[in-house]
Amino acid sequence: MNNTQLELISYKIRKHAIDGVHAAKSGHPGGSLSIADILSVLYFDEMNVYPDDSKNPDRDRFVLSKGHCAPALYGTLAEKGFIPCEDITTLRKADSYLQGHPDMKHIPGVDMSTGSLGQGICAANGMALAAKLDNKDYRVYTILGDGECEEGQVWEAAMFASHYKLDNLVAFLDFNGLQIDGDITKVMNPTPFDKKFESFGWNVITIDGHNYDEIKSALKKAKECKGKPTLILAKTVKGKGVSYMENQASWHGSAPNDEQYEVAIKELNAKIEDLEARA
Amino acid sequence: MADVKKIATRESYGNALASLGEKYDIVVLDADLSKSTKTDTFKKAFPERFINMGIAEQNMMSTAAGLASCGKVVFASSFAMFAAGRAFEQIRNSICYPNLNVKIGATHAGISVGEDGATHQCLEDIGIMRTIPNMVVINPADDVEARAAVEAAIKHDGPVYLRFGRLAVPVLYDEADYEFEIGKGVLLKEGTDVTIVATGLMVEMALNASEALKAEGINARVINIHTIKPIDREILVKAAKETGAIVTCEEHNIIGGLGSAVAEVVCEECPVPMERVGVKDVFGKSGVPADLFRDYGLTAEDIVKAVKKVIAKK
Repeated sequence: MNNTQLELISYKIRKHAIDGVHAAKSGHPGGSLSIADILSVLYFDEMNVYPDDSKNPDRDRFVLSKGHCAPALYGTLAEKGFIPCEDITTLRKADSYLQGHPDMKHIPGVDMSTGSLGQGICAANGMALAAKLDNKDYRVYTILGDGECEEGQVWEAAMFASHYKLDNLVAFLDFNGLQIDGDITKVMNPTPFDKKFESFGWNVITIDGHNYDEIKSALKKAKECKGKPTLILAKTVKGKGVSYMENQASWHGSAPNDEQYEVAIKELNAKIEDLEARA
Repeated sequence: MADVKKIATRESYGNALASLGEKYDIVVLDADLSKSTKTDTFKKAFPERFINMGIAEQNMMSTAAGLASCGKVVFASSFAMFAAGRAFEQIRNSICYPNLNVKIGATHAGISVGEDGATHQCLEDIGIMRTIPNMVVINPADDVEARAAVEAAIKHDGPVYLRFGRLAVPVLYDEADYEFEIGKGVLLKEGTDVTIVATGLMVEMALNASEALKAEGINARVINIHTIKPIDREILVKAAKETGAIVTCEEHNIIGGLGSAVAEVVCEECPVPMERVGVKDVFGKSGVPADLFRDYGLTAEDIVKAVKKVIAKK
């Protein structure tokens, strides 16, 4: 797919995320919006996944380690055809299968239940290791949050992936710089990510997480890197795509009210129209 | 009992993994303790299926979940304190919530760990593991039971917590006619005056206590509950109805473990006086196991005392 097509999908993902969180009156829009471009490339350009055969044993796997951004994952799964688009607005409701955090038992296309930070990347490592044990060539992708890297378990995972040479694992780090209590460097500085992951033995590629050429190129380099896992350190904007949410810590975990929702949807729709014309 | 063979259930665990590894495509993870947990026996036999995770138990449990999600049957091992304790939330959220096929082989459980002392003596694991939905909790009493439990765990679809000990314990069962079923209590001795319900290494103490009580004219029923969850309600209710008094025995805090699990059933179905023999909500200490059993009230004599106490309440 060309970059315009992929970007168009990313804005549809964004719209689903906002629709879901607004309907639920709770959820995590900021970090969902920052990863939409990465998800679009993964699901529509990079990964071998099968909406009609979601448990195909040879499929590529994806783990949303920053599980609270489920609205973006569900939006992606809807666009890809794993779940119906109309189900998005049932997010977090008691009679819905769309749980607030990814649930592998009930949601087609979800490869691991996540939500408790630090656990997803470890599970992703387990999947990558399974591939090595079985001599299979599926690849495993995961997205970590930057605040998430304050959890010690993430560094256990980093040691492990490097030690066992999991070169079939690609971790994106959604480096949007903000966590609930604000700037990550002021709350509990987890940076410099590149130096830390490199010192743990990873191949690190730093990109603009909203630039399609850079995302694609990094994924290609990751495939070519043998013997080491790859971290794609993606500089992103929290809340990207909705003007009043951009770079605001306060939109980490709040739902837009009806008024705010209208503004967001108007902006996203305008972008979608623009991209459709160019695609 | 001089000629009875003694073997620690952690040895049984290691041996079982190695022998079952032929038949079943299991993967075994350990956290730098394979010489103690005895998973090194499996490691020698099947080095390509043994993964050392290093001293990182939380990573071990979540990684096990990932492996299991790809169809592997995974054993994740460490000392009970670190497996159940340190990695509790990973067991709950990565393994049990998605109901994945990870078996936790937790060795060095209870006070019988001995000399290492309190930080290593896990007296809470039965309690915390049984509060997690989807988790099966098994505490085998001897070598025969332990090996059978490992195979039953492999065949069970879902998470299992297997509790093993450091201390060599007598072989109680005859392999030829022993049948293990998850969730089924074992009636070891019939009796009418009281029932002693025991688990793990306390089963031997319970049998010894019943012999002592017999000499005093007290006819004690003895039941081995190897599976604390799902617990065999039927055998317990029958015992309550037919004997009218229960003493539970465990190498665990009296809060939250076997005693509590039995009390839950009995109070609901057929309330009878109960006494819980176990560690009375205190931390352990260093010492040889025999001295610790003495100092913490886990001997056959302590069971006898508890029986007399509970019978007086009937």
